[in-house]
Formats: sequence, structure tokens, C-alpha cells
Amino acid sequence: MTTLTINGKTIEAPGGTILEVSQANGIRIPTLCNHPALAPKGACRLCLVEVKGSRVLQPACTFPISEGMEVQTESPKVRAARKFVLELLLSDHPKDCMTCEMCGNCELQDLIYEYGVKETPFVGDHHEYPLDDRDPFILRDMEKCIHCRRCIRACDEIQAVNAITMINRGFRSKVATSFDTRLQDSNCVFCGQCISVCPTGALTEKDSHGQGRVWQTTKVTTTCPYCGVGCNFDLNIRDGKVVKVTSNWNNPVNKGALCVKGRFGWQFLHSPDRLTIPLMKSSLWKEHKGTEGAPSRYEGFVEADWETALDAVAKGLLTAKSEDGPDAVGILASAKCTNEENYLIQKLARREIGTNNIDHCARL
Amino acid sequence: MTNSIEDLAKAKAFLIIGSNTTEQHPIIGAGVKRAVRRGAKLIVADPRRIELARMSSLHLMQRPGSDIALLNGLCHVIIREGLYDKAFVADRTEGFEEMKAVVDKYTPAYVAEITGIPAEDIQAAARCYATSKPAAILYSMGITQHACGHATVMAIANLAMLCGNLGVEGGGVNPLRGQNNVQGACDMGGLPDVFPGYQKVADPILRAKMETAWGTPLSDKPGLTVVEMMNAAHTGKLKAMYIMGENPLVTDPDLNHVEEALKRLDFLVIQDIFFTETAALADVILPAAAFAEKDGTFSNTERRVQLVRKAVEPPGEAKPDWQIISAIAGRLAGDKGSWEYDSSAAIMAEAAAITPQYAGISHKRLENGGIQWPCPSADHPGTKILHLGKFSRGLGKFMAVESIPPAELPDAEYPLTLTTGRRLQHYHSGSMTHRVAGLNTLLPEERMEIHPADAEPLGLADGDMALIASRRGQVTARVQRTDRIKPGVVFMTFHFPETAVNLLTIAMLDPVAKIPEYKATAVRVTRVRS
Amino acid sequence: MTLKELERIRAKAQKELAVRGVEISPDSELKPPRPGEVRVVLRNCGQIDPERIEDYIAKDGYFALYKVLNMTPEQVIEEAKRSGLRGRGGAGFPPGQKWFFARQAVASRPAPADGTPPAYLICNGDEGDPGAFMDRAVLEGDPNSVLEGMAIAAYAMGATQGYIYVRAEYPVAVEHLQTAIPQARRLGLLGKNIFGKGFDFDVDIRIGAGAFVCGEETALIDSIEGRRGEPRPRPPFPAVSGLWGKPTSVNNVETLANIPQIFLNGADWFAGMGTEKSKGTKTFAIAGKVKNAGLIEVPMGITMREIIYDIGEGILNKKKFKAAQTGGPLGGCLPAKYLDTPIDFESLAAAGSLMGSGGLIVLDENDCMVDVARFFMDFTQDESCGKCPPCCLGTKRLLEILTRMTQAEGTAEDLQTIEYLTENISTTSLCALGQGSVNPVVTTMRHFRDEYESHVYKKFCPSGVCKGMFHYEILADVCNGCGVCRKKCPDKVIKGDKKVVHEIDLPNCIVCGDCYKACKFDAIAIRPGPTPKSRLPERR
Ligand SMILES: Cc1cc2nc3c(=O)[nH]c(=O)nc-3n(C[C@H](O)[C@H](O)[C@H](O)COP(=O)(O)O)c2cc1C
Ligand code: SF4
Ligand code: SF4
Ligand code: SF4
Ligand code: FES
Repeated sequence: MTTLTINGKTIEAPGGTILEVSQANGIRIPTLCNHPALAPKGACRLCLVEVKGSRVLQPACTFPISEGMEVQTESPKVRAARKFVLELLLSDHPKDCMTCEMCGNCELQDLIYEYGVKETPFVGDHHEYPLDDRDPFILRDMEKCIHCRRCIRACDEIQAVNAITMINRGFRSKVATSFDTRLQDSNCVFCGQCISVCPTGALTEKDSHGQGRVWQTTKVTTTCPYCGVGCNFDLNIRDGKVVKVTSNWNNPVNKGALCVKGRFGWQFLHSPDRLTIPLMKSSLWKEHKGTEGAPSRYEGFVEADWETALDAVAKGLLTAKSEDGPDAVGILASAKCTNEENYLIQKLARREIGTNNIDHCARL
Repeated sequence: MTNSIEDLAKAKAFLIIGSNTTEQHPIIGAGVKRAVRRGAKLIVADPRRIELARMSSLHLMQRPGSDIALLNGLCHVIIREGLYDKAFVADRTEGFEEMKAVVDKYTPAYVAEITGIPAEDIQAAARCYATSKPAAILYSMGITQHACGHATVMAIANLAMLCGNLGVEGGGVNPLRGQNNVQGACDMGGLPDVFPGYQKVADPILRAKMETAWGTPLSDKPGLTVVEMMNAAHTGKLKAMYIMGENPLVTDPDLNHVEEALKRLDFLVIQDIFFTETAALADVILPAAAFAEKDGTFSNTERRVQLVRKAVEPPGEAKPDWQIISAIAGRLAGDKGSWEYDSSAAIMAEAAAITPQYAGISHKRLENGGIQWPCPSADHPGTKILHLGKFSRGLGKFMAVESIPPAELPDAEYPLTLTTGRRLQHYHSGSMTHRVAGLNTLLPEERMEIHPADAEPLGLADGDMALIASRRGQVTARVQRTDRIKPGVVFMTFHFPETAVNLLTIAMLDPVAKIPEYKATAVRVTRVRS
Repeated sequence: MTLKELERIRAKAQKELAVRGVEISPDSELKPPRPGEVRVVLRNCGQIDPERIEDYIAKDGYFALYKVLNMTPEQVIEEAKRSGLRGRGGAGFPPGQKWFFARQAVASRPAPADGTPPAYLICNGDEGDPGAFMDRAVLEGDPNSVLEGMAIAAYAMGATQGYIYVRAEYPVAVEHLQTAIPQARRLGLLGKNIFGKGFDFDVDIRIGAGAFVCGEETALIDSIEGRRGEPRPRPPFPAVSGLWGKPTSVNNVETLANIPQIFLNGADWFAGMGTEKSKGTKTFAIAGKVKNAGLIEVPMGITMREIIYDIGEGILNKKKFKAAQTGGPLGGCLPAKYLDTPIDFESLAAAGSLMGSGGLIVLDENDCMVDVARFFMDFTQDESCGKCPPCCLGTKRLLEILTRMTQAEGTAEDLQTIEYLTENISTTSLCALGQGSVNPVVTTMRHFRDEYESHVYKKFCPSGVCKGMFHYEILADVCNGCGVCRKKCPDKVIKGDKKVVHEIDLPNCIVCGDCYKACKFDAIAIRPGPTPKSRLPERR
């Protein structure tokens, strides 16, 4: 155990960084470049604290605690330094929070608010980059980038792809692919991990723009409908529609990471092609109801009500069973349906039809 | 998977065979990449130079369908050099001598002949796998989708047992399941020979248990698999089908045959979220809710049962599948009340009561995170690693297997071997992913991968259209010349119904697992003049 | 290799060298020692053929290594500490201490099971300070002294693999190292079981892409690891977790070149030179307005006056000394009052500057201190890695203000903003580049505040550098009408007959300064206010 004091309070901790120990003891230290899923980097200088005996301020996110250490996390000197950093960041940041996708969900905005940085004392150049909307799914607004490198680190540490990096030095440095190309022309796999960790509106989900602010949406955690890894994520819902998928960092399977299908492949839900009403072959409908039925958009099919459709299904299956025996009926369950549904359909096959002709495309 | 996804980080070495992990299971693929960057060794056995092959210490480019020979060859070298885990073999397994007798003839030189892999590489791979502990084997449909798929799985198990890599963290035999809930559909008895929990229908005791639970006598005769059903429909033995959430007219092998079979049915019900290719042949089409529109559970490839939560309402009159099934079953039973469930959770409660592996699982428990089965009781935490300390059957049995060539070997008429697979951006028959604009931008159409050495004599340039024909059908696809693929082999996916690759594939089944041979079809490729 | 063999090679090589001789090539920047110089690090440069290891052995090369391998690593560390040697790369940290920490770190971990080295030694030859070239001189002229120093350091700290990081702009240095390393390997002075003492050590070269910040040790480590070089926060210090997470010592070329000499001649010999806390000698690259510029090596504690006026032979063109900029872009400008301060780590730091790697630029009355600050800020801003906002954005804002000031657009508020920026940048930046970036501004503000104020309040650049902020006037009482200025003026706007006082047609003068430079009689003076044609058209 290491004993140290933070803001005069004596604390015992087994080890770790000043940030970790502070957080564990309910002391909040602002951060920007730090992200729980990434190795600490010490880049943004927002978490600076005073460590007694140190000439300069030290980043809490990387600085390990040691015996007898005395730390101040909210001294005037510390707060002034943080404000200074925020003023600098603000001096090179567009002030269009009103229309920014991340408004209300932006870590920079939160800190600017907390530190009351209404104006920046610095006048000068700011970056002017055109909005990069050349790629699907990922919108890059590099004027909003605060160079925290979370995206680069996610692409490296989580995804192990390294599609993006810092190019150039000094004020001209920029997050980009090696040759500043479209992401499509790099080895980017469009997993969107970079978006999930970006604290600002620099990297956002293109298809979700204008669809809802964070406080206008609700999140529902669920399991991905695609491959067998079984990633979890949060569906963001507004007005009964899915508008975005965001990372759920607590799940042991994927720990927030997703692939292109899981993160961006939700649009099919609201496709106009969805089946919305039972359909019956026109001839079958006529057989059952004696009328022509309401035409559907699919040739040869009429729209049916559930009662009629279900009765027709029952009749069709029972006819086959009674005429040729239960094994004249075959049933396919589905690897895309839930356990409960698979349970029910095999029970239907075995109990109500009396056949074991039940399978699914497990082998495909 | 015998082990857990999280567990892979602890592996010192990976043998990845028949799995393009970074595209098919991207999150696991990224995990492997992270482990390799941290220093884990990686052996990739795949006829294509897949992404992981680029960071592997060894890439073995075997001929499609020669996996057993390769695996036996690895066992051969490990035994010959005495690198196997003698304590594990002595204490926890049986059948070693029989297996040894079989692999005895699989010398590196002999295996090199069958697989096309240099003998030195086979030796190096064997040493690498045997001397890095724990080592995990990952495989996927590249192994199972062969007429000899089941035997290949045995050969993989032999290798893992030989090196004591079962029941250890960071080791194991880890099949990566293709779709989100293949695992669960199997667990829940969506198979012709077993009730939920893999309880054999032919076993009188287990059947009696189910008969009591369901209050009705049940058939003791194992049923038909998908491909067998199609054959039965073709011959007129099967009259009616009820298909939920599947699109066999794109995903099944030998599509011409499938189409004919489905047309011959008297009655076909399709329950889906889209009007699929198969739906067009149906008598009744029932609109179902998609994953975000219903409650339930999925079981992933590491046996983790996780909640699916309803987030939005289904469109129009569409209903969750479970409600539709109940409604139909109630009608079939002539007693709607006996099939009424007030929630998906209630169904799980019923299923868990008769499924030993799920006995301790309930929706309520899953609220706090998924649970890996076996979970025999409500206070059991679930099982991260199978076969810890003991195999479910007691001793692990080595099952000696011989190399079996693919059913259809290339010949003068069909000189190339087609192997099929998946790509990152699309999924299955594409009914979902083709309705996501950005995914279509990233991968707009099918591309047939062919080695320049094969493309050159055919006069095929990058971007040309080619006609690919097998004994069963033909499709046209755009050509991508690449040295990622082994000469003599071409690669396509089944994601694009308009380039329905399964018109070509052969409905040749593995005798045990009844999985069709998607991974080796003899084809002929010609250039299409535009 | 054995001691006997080494002695045999030495005897033979000494004879050969005496016969053959070595000439310093005439285009070498290194001149023969001048009075006042003491050459330790540079002692072999120009005296031996750097591409023959035998020449180095002739000068007792590798005898120190032999000696060291008969000591315990702890004794080696002790001896290095006792010598008082401090790092020559800038920070002045004692190398013995660094090796001690690294050795401790090695001891505290299990030996690597995968056959990778337990620790690394890196020689920092990035030398990014503009105008500094002492490391290049050593690497080009005496590469083996660095290799020997590295081997000794590696033995002391417990490393088995070394890297020399050399910038790509030094092709000759790279070439000479590429010759020296295989020669040393061939003689068994690098490689396995050196001198049969069971000590393994080998060296590889890594070429840097020439970014200044890659000289910072943690950025350099990133760069060797194949990533973009960006400083990492410390702790963890490289000695604990450096290259590929292993204990690593980064030592400068000049530091390492001192090591063999210390072990040959003893720590006491070395500690006999210099001041109390700064021992030995230091190389300096003198440049700027000094008559005899170039590379020198002098004992620590020498004064700036001795360097500039004795060794450097004074200021060019009889101009007045204004300041000396020491320590490179992160150093500071010291005015005349520091001319007699002894040069060592402490006193330079106390004056607000740095030893740095040993750059020394002499400035005279015609150097504008605001513009000098702007020049260095321009360099630093360009070289900032961009990782932390105080440095990346802070230096940009400073540069913008300084640029405005030199363009007659500075405001009183700007002076305050400069102070606000410099104070905060130095305490909040991640690495020494950001922290030190403000030094040129801080020292010029401290010692030459009047120049800043003149720029801001009078819009007058008293040194006659900032365009549009001054004009020239021919002093009637000094001008003797020699006519040189008239002839030099490119625009022919100077009027005046021979032997008669000349006059500038100000409305048409572009203030190019040709007349000012040409006048031998100091008859042209700098005066406030622009001429119409010297005003800047638009913002730069
Ligand atoms: C921006 C920056 C540039 C540096 N460049 C160099 C360099 O070119 N050469 C060098 O030896 N040290 C350089 N250093 C200092 C190194 O970080 C490190 O302190 C030094 O290499 C340690 O060697 P020493 O202890 O022998 O001085 C630089 C430091 C900073 C902050
Ligand atoms: S989408 Fe994924 S692969 Fe692409 S840049 Fe972002 S993190 Fe990297
Ligand atoms: S794009 Fe976002 S995550 Fe990446 S560096 Fe900029 S602000 Fe940080
Ligand atoms: S101080 Fe400058 S060079 Fe150093 S880390 Fe910060 S941005 Fe990079
Ligand atoms: S959070 Fe610590 S420096 Fe950014």
C-alpha cells in the first residue's frame, strides 16, 4: 500500500496513476486525451495537477503515485493552467456548437463550460479544412479536432489497423491517413472505433447527422444481429426509430469495439422494403376467401390479415401432415432468430407436427 | 468454442485454419492481431493470403480439402520429435496409440505432396504449435464446409489434445460460428436429431423426459437436414415447408436443384423481414420483427447467452417471430391457450427447465450481462472454459482420421477449384447489408479472386467479366486478379444474389455433420466478351 | 581479442600512423586547436583516419574497454559518477546515475525468456539544433570513440544491444559508422564475449528523418520503434521502461565520446577540469557575428568573453556585442553583463539560458532581439510534434504575436499576452521542447524589454531589421561625401556630389540597407518611421 495525500486528504492505494487513485476516491480530474479503453498518453494537459517538489505541473493520467506524495488537483495554479489550455484549444476551434452533431455530448464543450472560458485571449489563425464527407459512414471535420489522438490510438491499440496517424508537425499537424487520402483508399476497415472515442465533433457517424441530440435519444443495449461474436452495443432511439449505434464499453465480449456491420449496418431496420403485412398467393387467398383480395406490391401476392394468413398456414401444414404423415412437413429454424424462437419452432415441429424434420442453416 | 474470446489474449501461439478471422469475426480477428503484436506466434493455414497471413510467422497455403493431411502431418512431427504433452496424453486421454498408428504415414514429405505445403513449413509449424503453450486453435467454415468437415474437426481435436491445449486458459479448440445465433439455434434443438440441449431424439430416456414435459408422444426418428429436406422435396416426399428467417434460395448449395425442390412443394410458408428470393416461391409470407424490435436472447460463439432487447416497434403489422410461431402452433394444436406466452422471458423459463446447459439461465439474470453455458443452476456463474480438469465424457478420445479428398476434384473440363467465403462488409445472402447504402459503397459487387497465373492464359484482366461454370450451373462475376490466392483456386462469396455462387456449389454432404462442401467445387472460368 | 593482441595492433598502428600521417582536409569545419582550447572529445578528430579502427587503437582505443571489463559494473558506475561528467545532450544529467537506474531496473525484472536483450543503450546522434555540428564532427572524425563509450556504458547498465540514432542529413557520419562497426566486430570488440569476459554487446545504426523533436529521448525511442517520434510523459523514465518497454539509457554522442578518456586517464583527471558542478570540457559551435567562427572545445568554466574575444577573435566589423544566444532554439539570449560569467550548466540556467548541446550564436547591434525571438519561435513551432496544446498552439500564438510585432502591428496587450503565454507554456507543456520553447522570448523580454516596447509603442525597430519600422538617415556631421553609398544604392535614390554631404531621397528609398552596410564611417543612422516604399504591403 502506498500512502499519499490528495488535496490534503490522506489516501491509501495499492498503486496506479494519480488519475486512477483520484477517481477511485471520488476526486474528479478533468481529462480529454484519456479514455478508459486506451493506454494513457499525457497529451492534452487537461489533467495537470501539482505534485509537490515538481517544477512543472504533471499529468495525472500518466503520473504514478508514490509514497508520501502530495498532490493538489484543484489549486488555483492548476485551475489556471487548465483554463490556459482550454483557451488555447478554443482559439483554434470552430464555435458552431449550435449545429455541431456532438453538442451536449462533447468533452471539450463540457470543460469549456466548467471552466467558464467565454472568450479566448488569443487571436490568430485557425485551421481551415473542408468537411471530409468522401467516405461512407465516417464524417471527418478536422477543424474540430483537438489532436488528442484517441482515434489514432483506438485504431492502433484496439483495432490493430493503424489506418490513421498524425501527419506533419507543429500547427500543421493533422489526423489523417498516411497520404491524407480518403479512408477508403487506406487500410481502414470502417469499424468506427475512432468515432467511438473522439471526444469532439471531429469524427462522427455520417448517417446520424441531424437525427437527434444525445438528450433527445434513448439508449437500448442489445446484441448484434450479424456474426457469431455476439458484440453488444447501444441502439440510440429517437421517435421510435434507430438513429445511431454507439459503443457499450462494459460488455466483456467486445468491450466497446465493433465492426462495420455492427456499428453502421442498422439502416435495413427502417428500409421501405420491410415486410409489413402478411401476404398470400393470390390463388390461395381466393381459395380461402372467394375474393380477389387486395393487391400487394409483389406480383402474384395479395395482402392478407393475420387471421386469414395464420389459418391458411395451419391448414396447409395440417393437410400435408394428414395426407402424407408428419414427416412430409419440413421446418427450418433460424440462426438469425432468438433462442426463444428457435425453441418454440422446434417444439412446434416435434409436438404439433410430430416430426424431427427441423434444421437451420447452422452449417452455412 | 471451448474457451472464451477474452481468453485469446493469453494465447502464446495461434493456429488459425480455415478462418478469415478479421473479415468473418472482426472483433476476434482484432484480438488475435493485438496478441500477435504483443508477441504471440501465429500460424495461418489458408489457401488465401488473408489479412492475418500477413502478420503470421508461417503461412501454410494448403490445397482446399487437404486439411486432414496437414493436421495429421502436424501430429506426426510432434509425436516423432517427442514434443507432445506426455502427462496430459497419459492422464486425460485414450486412443493415443491408434491415432499414432494412423498419423505414422503422414510424414512431412507425404503431407507436402497432398497439401502443396513445403515439408519444412509443416515441421516448423508443428514445432511452433507444440512448443508455445498455451496455444489456441481457431477454425471456422473453412474446415466444416467440406464433405470431410466432421473428420477434420476430429483431427483438430487430436492436435489440441496431443499438446495438452484443452482445458487451459489461452488454449482450446475454438470453432468460430458464422451467424449471430447459430450456437443458440443448435442449443435450442433446431437440429433434426436432438432436442434442446443436444439430447438425442433417439434416446428413449431423454425422449420420455421431453414427452412428459410437453405432454405428448414424440417421434424417435431423427429428421432430415436442410439439404436432405431439399432432396426430399425434389422427390416429392416432403410436401410442405415452414421456413423462418432463412433464404435457402441463395445460401444453399446447388441452387437450381433447390429452386426446383421448393417449386415442387404443395405448401410453403416463409416468415422473414424482407421479401427474399425464397419468399417469391411461398404460398404465405409472414412479416416478422427484426432484432431491434423484439426481446429474446442470442448465444454467441463462446456459448454466452445474451439479451436482445426491444428498442423500436416492428413496422406495420409485423410481429416478433415468437408470437407468430405461438399463433400457428396454437392453431395446429387446436388449443390456442396451450401456446400462449406472455413474454419471451417465459419461453426461456420453459426452455431452461428442459435444457441442462441452460438450467440456471433466465432473462432476469442476463440483465446484468451474459452467461456462458453450461450453467446448471441459478447460482452457477457460467463456464468460461470447457474441459477444465476433465472432459465431459471422462477421458478425451483421440479419433484417428484419414485424409479424404474433396468430392469433386478439378479435371480437364473443370480445372480450377472454387472456394467460397465471406467478406467484411456484407453478410450472408445480403438481405440486410444490401439495404445499408454505405456498405454497398464499400463493396458494391462480387469479385472473383483469381491468381494472375490462372488469369493470364484465360486472357482475364482486372475488372473483366468472367463466366464461372460448374457441373451444376454458371454465374458471371467481375474478376480481381490477386496473388493473395493460391494458383489453381478461385474465391467468391455468397453475399450477392445476383451473382449466386451457390448455383455452382455441390450438395455433397459430410456423412456425419451433413454440412455441404462449399469450400471445394471444380469450376471452369472463361472470359465474357462485352 | 586479448590485451596482448590489442597491444600488438597498437604498436604496429602507431608506427604506421607516424609514417603515414593524417591531414585534415581543407574543407573540414574543424580547425586545428586554437590557444585556449582543450581537446578531449575532439582529440582524435583530424589526427586519425576514422575509417581505420587501427588508427583509433593507436591512440589507446579500446584499452579503456579492456580496463572496464576487469571492473564490476558497479565500480564502473561509481567511477563515472566520481568523474562528475554530465550529459552533453542538453539536460546535464550524470550518465553514471542513468546507468545506475537502468541497472536497478534490469535487476528488478525477470530475464527475458524470449532471447530479447534485457536492456538497451541508445546513442543520441540526432543533433537537431540548427548550427550545431559537434556530434557530427565526432561521429565523422572518431566513430570508434563513440562505439567504445557505448560498450562501456552498456556494460555498466546491463545492456546487450545498442543503437546509434543518426540523422539522415549526416551521410558521412553514417558511412563512417558503417565502416567502424563491422571493423570492431571483426576484431571482437563488438559482438559476443568481448575480451573473453563474457560480455556481449552489439550496435546497430538507426537513421532519423531529421525532426528536431526526435532528438528528445522518448521521441527518439518512439522513432526507433518505428513510430512517429513524439515525446512521452515521464515517468516512466526510459531507464525503467524505454525502448520496447525495456530499461534504456539514452546518451549523447559527446557524452559517450568522453567515457573512454575518463577510464583511460581516471576520474580524477577528468574532475580536475571545469567548475565545481560542471566537469571536463565542452564543445561549442560558435557562429554569428564573430570573426573566427567554428567548432571549439574548451574547459567548463571558461567565460563567454574568453570564447568570443580570445578564441573567437572578437566581433565582426568592429560592431558592438549585443548578446549571445546559447543552447540552441530552446536556449536564451544573454546580454553583455553575462560576458564574464563562467560557462557551466548552473550559471547558464541561472541566467535563463541553457548549455544545450553547445550552440553559441553571437549577436551584434544590428540584430533585432524581437526578430531573433521570432526566428527561434518559427523554428520551434515548425518542429513541435503537435501532441500537446500548450506547445503546438501556444508557440503558434507566440509566433503570431512576435510576427505582428516585427510588422509594426504589436499592441500593449500583446506584451501581456506574451507573458501569459510564456509562463504557462513552460509549466504545462509535455516535454522539454515545449517547456523550453519560450526561453528565447523570455530572455529577450527580460534583457531587451526596451526593444519590445520600441516595437510596440514607437513602431520602431532600433536595430534596423524589421521592415517598415525604421529608415536611414545620413548624418550631416559625419558624412564626408565619399560616395560609396551612392554607388551601392540599387535604386539610385542617394544624391550628393563628391566630398559633399549626401542625402537619401526618403520617399523613394526602399530601406534595403545596402548603403548602411557599405558606409565605412558610421555616417548612416537608423531612425524611427518607415519610408513609403518600405511599408509592408500586406500581412506576411
Ligand atoms: C527537443 C529536444 C531535442 C533534443 N535533441 C537532442 C539531440 O539532438 N541530441 C542529444 O544528444 N540530445 C538531445 N536532446 C536531449 C535528450 O532528450 C536527452 O536528454 C539526451 O540525449 C541524453 O543524453 P545525455 O544525458 O548524454 O545528455 C533533446 C531534447 C529535446 C527536448
Ligand atoms: S474506422 Fe476503424 S480502421 Fe478506420 S480509421 Fe477508424 S479506427 Fe481505424
Ligand atoms: S479526431 Fe477526435 S479523437 Fe482524433 S485526435 Fe482529433 S479530437 Fe482526438
Ligand atoms: S511540448 Fe511540444 S514537442 Fe513536446 S510533446 Fe508537447 S507538442 Fe510535442
Ligand atoms: S488526460 Fe492526462 S494529459 Fe490528457
